[in-house]
Amino acid sequence: MLAFTLRRAIQAIGVMIAVGIISFSMFRFAGDPVNQMVGMDTSGTERAAIRKSLGLDDPVIVQFGRYVGNAAQFKFGVSYQFRLPVTNLLMERMPATLELAICATIFAMVSGILMGVYSALRRDSWLAHVFQAVSLIGISLPTFLIGILMIYLFSVTLGWLPSFGRGDVVHIGWWTTGLLTLSGLKALIMPSITLGLFQMTLIMRLVRAEMLEVMRTDYIRFARARGLTTRAIHFGHALRNTLVPVITVAGLQFGSVIAFAIITETVFQWPGMGLLFVQAVQNVDIPIMAAYLMMVSLIFVTINLVVDILYTIVDPRLRSTVSRAH
Amino acid sequence: MTEPVLSVRNLQVEFVSRRGTLRAIDDVSFDIAKGEVLGVVGESGAGKSVTGLAVIGLIDPPGRISGGEIRLSGLRIDNLPPEELRRVRGKRIGMIFQDPLTSLNPLYRVGDQIVETIRTHLNLSDTAARRRAIDLLAEVGIPAPDKRIDGYPHEFSGGMRQRVVIALAICAEPELIIADEPTTALDVSVQAQIISLIKRLGRDHGTAVMLVTHDMGVIAETSDRVAVMYAGRVAEIGPVQDVVKNPLHPYARGLMGAIPTLAGEDKRLVQIPGSMPRLSAIPRGCSFNPRCESAFDRCRVDRPEPQTRGAQSVACHLYDSASAESAA
Amino acid sequence: MGEAVVPHEVETRTAAVPGRFRRALDSDLFYSFRRSKITMIAAAVTLLFFLLAIFASVLSVQNPFDPAQLQLMNSRISPLWTAEGQSPFLLGTDEQGRDVLSAILYGLRISLLVGVLGVVLSGALGILLGLTAGYFGGAVDGLIMRIADVQLSFPAILIALLINGIAKSVFGNRLDEMSMLAVLVFAIGLSFWVQYARTVRGSVLIEKNKDYVAAAQLIGLPAPVIMLRHVLPNTTGPILVIATINLALAIITEATLSFLGSGMPETMPSLGTLIRIGNGYLFAGEWWIVAFPGLALAALILSINLLGDWLRDALNPKLR
Repeated sequence: MLAFTLRRAIQAIGVMIAVGIISFSMFRFAGDPVNQMVGMDTSGTERAAIRKSLGLDDPVIVQFGRYVGNAAQFKFGVSYQFRLPVTNLLMERMPATLELAICATIFAMVSGILMGVYSALRRDSWLAHVFQAVSLIGISLPTFLIGILMIYLFSVTLGWLPSFGRGDVVHIGWWTTGLLTLSGLKALIMPSITLGLFQMTLIMRLVRAEMLEVMRTDYIRFARARGLTTRAIHFGHALRNTLVPVITVAGLQFGSVIAFAIITETVFQWPGMGLLFVQAVQNVDIPIMAAYLMMVSLIFVTINLVVDILYTIVDPRLRSTVSRAH
Repeated sequence: MTEPVLSVRNLQVEFVSRRGTLRAIDDVSFDIAKGEVLGVVGESGAGKSVTGLAVIGLIDPPGRISGGEIRLSGLRIDNLPPEELRRVRGKRIGMIFQDPLTSLNPLYRVGDQIVETIRTHLNLSDTAARRRAIDLLAEVGIPAPDKRIDGYPHEFSGGMRQRVVIALAICAEPELIIADEPTTALDVSVQAQIISLIKRLGRDHGTAVMLVTHDMGVIAETSDRVAVMYAGRVAEIGPVQDVVKNPLHPYARGLMGAIPTLAGEDKRLVQIPGSMPRLSAIPRGCSFNPRCESAFDRCRVDRPEPQTRGAQSVACHLYDSASAESAA
Repeated sequence: MGEAVVPHEVETRTAAVPGRFRRALDSDLFYSFRRSKITMIAAAVTLLFFLLAIFASVLSVQNPFDPAQLQLMNSRISPLWTAEGQSPFLLGTDEQGRDVLSAILYGLRISLLVGVLGVVLSGALGILLGLTAGYFGGAVDGLIMRIADVQLSFPAILIALLINGIAKSVFGNRLDEMSMLAVLVFAIGLSFWVQYARTVRGSVLIEKNKDYVAAAQLIGLPAPVIMLRHVLPNTTGPILVIATINLALAIITEATLSFLGSGMPETMPSLGTLIRIGNGYLFAGEWWIVAFPGLALAALILSINLLGDWLRDALNPKLR
């Protein structure tokens, strides 16, 4: 168990180093950092001085070491467009993105599992067909179209919900939250649904497919032969066995939710990391792009690690085979 | 004569597919008395497993019981509403499936699965059910049951898992146990142990056993009576001694000829030419006629009905008084 | 007696014609296609969209990419059936006097072009890398599959955005329309290769251990060529499914990039760019500028997804 965790942790560090290389290469080689920082009228000697002060004349490997060292301390340089430290910009916007992503995931999990279980157990009911249709639309409609549609419906036409921003936020230390004010909560509804809809569809389809698969297994047939109640079979046996892969996927998807927030945040002008990243891409603000990549990767890798460990706790087979194998 | 535990009359099972309706079981009748072991034997696809599933009410759509009656100690069970049928399953009929590796839910401790089943059928407290579960595990021959009860299925060997499955099948003292190929997936050395366990349990509790298998050796060793099935019908049924020593149906004869014996080493094993027809292409008349050495014209036209011959019953025109003459 | 023989003869005769086409018509695939009305509609709609894109220039009242044909006095006209509607602008016009229908037809062309080219590129890349990884094994395999693992855990849109940003940084912010299109194809191609590579690699690993490969090597035939002839037919089905579903994903990705402002510029808009432009006029009540491109995009993706779903189910009997 410990060896397994350790091995996964080493893999995770490997991934982070790879991302670090990509991130550094972007920072260093995609365009000249000096050109981005100075005006057109800066003289050659001044440029050379800046080059030197940035350490751009050192050997690449030294620069990479310095970059990784700084990144480990969450120092990602200065944004070209804002002239502010990238770390401050990202940290300022992280709460908005995380709150949105968590709300979206909760929405996706709850509704996805409910709809998936229902459509697996009542395969031929009309509601199951409706869910299937919804899931297909959820996969087919691009996120931004859903967002636009919701804004048109609930903001422009009905005027119920705000079309952009986070509403009023409350500061708790460096964290800002919209969960404690009415306008903050109202502002969360549409972005959360928009962001969560795709995951909901995925989870629903997965739950349905897994549950149908599990219902065909021998142990479910045997459970029926033992005369267990339908309820015990469906929710005690089938659902629990279904949830193991579902938890994994949903957990792994959390990273994607954060990345997909890029789109939702743009549609709803949500002041999160994603919006910052999109603006950075448009303005070729490489330090922000590189830092965002590193941050998101870190979140991804951490989640993968946690899910792997969780998985072994939920599934007893894995627990012993893993400890036996190492 | 006392009422049989299980009485199946003219059972028919059909499967509806896009290519039409297939009849998997056609006009099958048999009884099993208290404490009796009935072996059901046949090639794969002969309908023996489907018969077992029909008795316990686990035929899933697109399949359905389309005719006949199944009575358990006189109570008709083939047309019970689902909830009442569920109460019969596990409580009055226990079932053992072929593969013990996949019969148990891998995510639950074996004890939880036994306790769950006991508490579904018997009005026992959690602790009492657990005590009973330990007793059951001891009865089916699992060493250190008070410790093993908290193990997960994957921590048991194949034979031990099948013992757990048997414990689950008998945990509510059923009148009938249906064992569907209970030894097929096991090592040869373990097979004999499981067979003798099933036999012992049947004897000790007076349980009727329906033992489905393709292995004539197992039947000869365990069963009191044997039913030979072919293409969804019972070809021959009778006391195991009679059927083994003096098989009447040409198919049964072929089947018995295919058992290797130590005494008859010089004799060649008999092969039955051809293979069993698919359900979609069952021949007219007697379904065995294309493979039968003794087939005559009537076999290709009329379906033979069961004939009583002493303690045996056989569905073959050879034993029909009228046609036997014309064949001779 | 005679009755019994005739149908038998007919049966042998049909079986004796081993034409691929006839086999295709008899197959479960075609059967399930004909049975599913929705799939047939989806196929028809997809085909229609492709035809519309191909014949866009014939069907449009103007070339929306040509500024000379746009007239500001025609700007923001609502659709024809509304009170302020004007001929020939069936679906109305936008801020610059661009006919919405023409813009959709031309935009469709861009969206499909980027989508198809992206799928082709990612497919070629994936198949090549899958073959390489499977055939050489060892360190090469390890490296390729590790990259695939890492990439798979990142959403394609993020990778595409990054590639896009890097391209802008390297080539400067002022890329012309055709280079932008190439960048998009490239970004999509690099984002979606993993699934192909995994499928092909798996098939290669299975084939590699088969006797005929050893036999081919013994008699001096080039094993890779022989394997290719087995691997590719075996993976045609799965690759077709992946390609269909990825076509929808590629179109979504392109539209999303364009919507985010990192895709096709407004001078040569794809459907995503049109939605981006129209989104700005939604609050002013000019819903048609965004609604019709959105509708077209949604219908296109839905049809392709339905086709992909059906293909996957039809080629995978386990799911039926």
